[in-house]
Amino acid sequence: MAEIDIRRVGKTYGKTVIMQGVDLTIRSGEFLVILGPSGCGKSSLLRMIAGLEEISSGEITIAGQAVNHLEPRERGCAMVFQNYALYPHMTVAENIGYALKVAGVAKAQRLARVTDVAQSVGLSEFLDRRPGQLSGGQRQRVAMARAIIREPKVFLFDEPLSNLDAKLRVQMRHEIRRIHNRIGATSVFVTHDQHEGMTLADRLVVMNKGTIEQIGTPEDIYERPASTYVAGFIGSPAMNLLPGRLSDDRRAVVLESGPRIDLPGPATGLNPGALVQMGFRPEKASLTAPGRGTIEARFDFVEELGAGRVYHLRIEDIPVSLHSEAKMKLAEGASIGLDLGHQNLHLFDGQTGRRVPLSVEMPQLAPTA
Amino acid sequence: MRRAHFKFSWIAAVLLAPQLLIIFVFFYWPSAQAMYWAFTLEQPWGGGNTWVGFDNFRKVLTDPYYWASVKVSMIYAFATTALSMAMALTLAMFVDRQLAGYRAYRVTMILPYAVAAPAVGLAFRFVFNPQAGVFSFLNTLSPGIWDPGQSGWQAVLTIILAGAWKHVAYSFIFFLAALQSIPRSLTEASAMDGARPLRRMVDLQLPLLTPTLFFLVIINLTDSFTDSFGIVDTLTGGGPFRATDLMVYKIYADGFRGFDYSGAAAQSIVLMALVMALTFVQFRYVERRVHYS
Repeated sequence: MAEIDIRRVGKTYGKTVIMQGVDLTIRSGEFLVILGPSGCGKSSLLRMIAGLEEISSGEITIAGQAVNHLEPRERGCAMVFQNYALYPHMTVAENIGYALKVAGVAKAQRLARVTDVAQSVGLSEFLDRRPGQLSGGQRQRVAMARAIIREPKVFLFDEPLSNLDAKLRVQMRHEIRRIHNRIGATSVFVTHDQHEGMTLADRLVVMNKGTIEQIGTPEDIYERPASTYVAGFIGSPAMNLLPGRLSDDRRAVVLESGPRIDLPGPATGLNPGALVQMGFRPEKASLTAPGRGTIEARFDFVEELGAGRVYHLRIEDIPVSLHSEAKMKLAEGASIGLDLGHQNLHLFDGQTGRRVPLSVEMPQLAPTA
Repeated sequence: MRRAHFKFSWIAAVLLAPQLLIIFVFFYWPSAQAMYWAFTLEQPWGGGNTWVGFDNFRKVLTDPYYWASVKVSMIYAFATTALSMAMALTLAMFVDRQLAGYRAYRVTMILPYAVAAPAVGLAFRFVFNPQAGVFSFLNTLSPGIWDPGQSGWQAVLTIILAGAWKHVAYSFIFFLAALQSIPRSLTEASAMDGARPLRRMVDLQLPLLTPTLFFLVIINLTDSFTDSFGIVDTLTGGGPFRATDLMVYKIYADGFRGFDYSGAAAQSIVLMALVMALTFVQFRYVERRVHYS
């Protein structure tokens, strides 16, 4: 158990800046997921914590100790790699026990620990096999066991599930969470898969181009995305965004396509007439008869999901999607109404893309007559 | 993979002909000729051959000088192989760690391979010269202590060093390629597991290099047996008193200086059989132990 403190950390390769001023405190014992597309710097950040990559500026401390100049072996972290990185010439037992062997633990004791850990991840029958004789899921377990046996202060996961098929991925995801709950070490998990991120995380970090866009609980990030980037990254389908301008009284958005849409509260942080992006979640809006919703749209096509459908529509020329359980037969180009859900609207600054808070007013009581 | 199938046609024959011709002219024909000579008595100035059966082999194999030559060839082959591979591996590991200047190093390391064996021999003749070479200072301490021209073991040492120097480059290239093909994440995983560079070398790199190691042992041994002529000829001429009379050099000396074509042919058949046996044994018994999957 250890807190990890990342302060003003930057990374440059030659003259290329790939990470700048990253600040992040990972609480002791929490499961933190770093989420972002490939190339956003999430793996680099993880590798910097591990000590596999040097940091160019700033400081990283683990359990209060600055680790900038410590070798990986001195940091007390264990890592699970994307391709598992198992030693191909060693048996499963030797793979799991290697760290102990290097540390000089006596053979009998080592064997006992290996047996224990192997049992906890369901590998007891495979101890004598070589990695080449195992399936993907089994290799994943060996990689996990190899990390667990060191009883690390910190667990690092570098996209460990991305080489597995969909079903196994879900299964291993549950297992990782269970192991975390049992061991209680601080875990940092890097992924580009938002489902993995949302389901595993105590807190999520969304990264973009070497900077942190938002830190928060999965719920926070879903309910109150800090930027259009986060809004577009989290949720499937992603949040719909419509460009427009803030009305003079700051209580509505006048969309480029014409209609005026009332906001749940005044956007006091922006000037009237400012460029904005208005967002709404596909699963919070609903379909209505033409002319009866907040806004009019035209039907494009539909995707069947089984548990619901994703309707793809156009508001003027802007494609939007809508998740609904309603089964409607619509012709291409047919007109349809959209109820956006008043409380479901998000507002972002059109220039910076940052979220604009709406001071939500309490519903006024009708004056007593 | 898809394979193209052709009916036999004159085009196929024409396309195959150059390669077949080369193999025939430079390999099968001389081998057949050597075989023929080994079982006959060949006149040095031409003329009729007399069939003598295994007489040539009997003579060769009962000759103490021949066995001395076999012995020194073995010493030369194993010592050169061990020395050159150890040097190549060490250097390749340094280059693989990408220490400062490794690029320049990599290029210069490959150069010795491009130098012809006689040139290597000639160069080392200067290096080991008892009056002016690097060891000549020994003679200022005690005159005559270093002279490969007089001392048998010193002469053997010089050809071993020269041969090893020439072979380092070849092994180096293969070791470096093999080291670089070890996935980076493996090295990182073992670093996370607490292993320092030296430990990683022993536990990880060396075991993963064994297929390359095996391949290089065979290539280097075979090469040391068959390709040492240039070095011996220019460096020691087989001397002093046959101390560096390697098998391949003895074939040349007996055949073209002693005009014993038949004896030389018999020796070359024995050498060929020896190399083939060595390769067979290694492939049969060693190779199957060195692959992982």
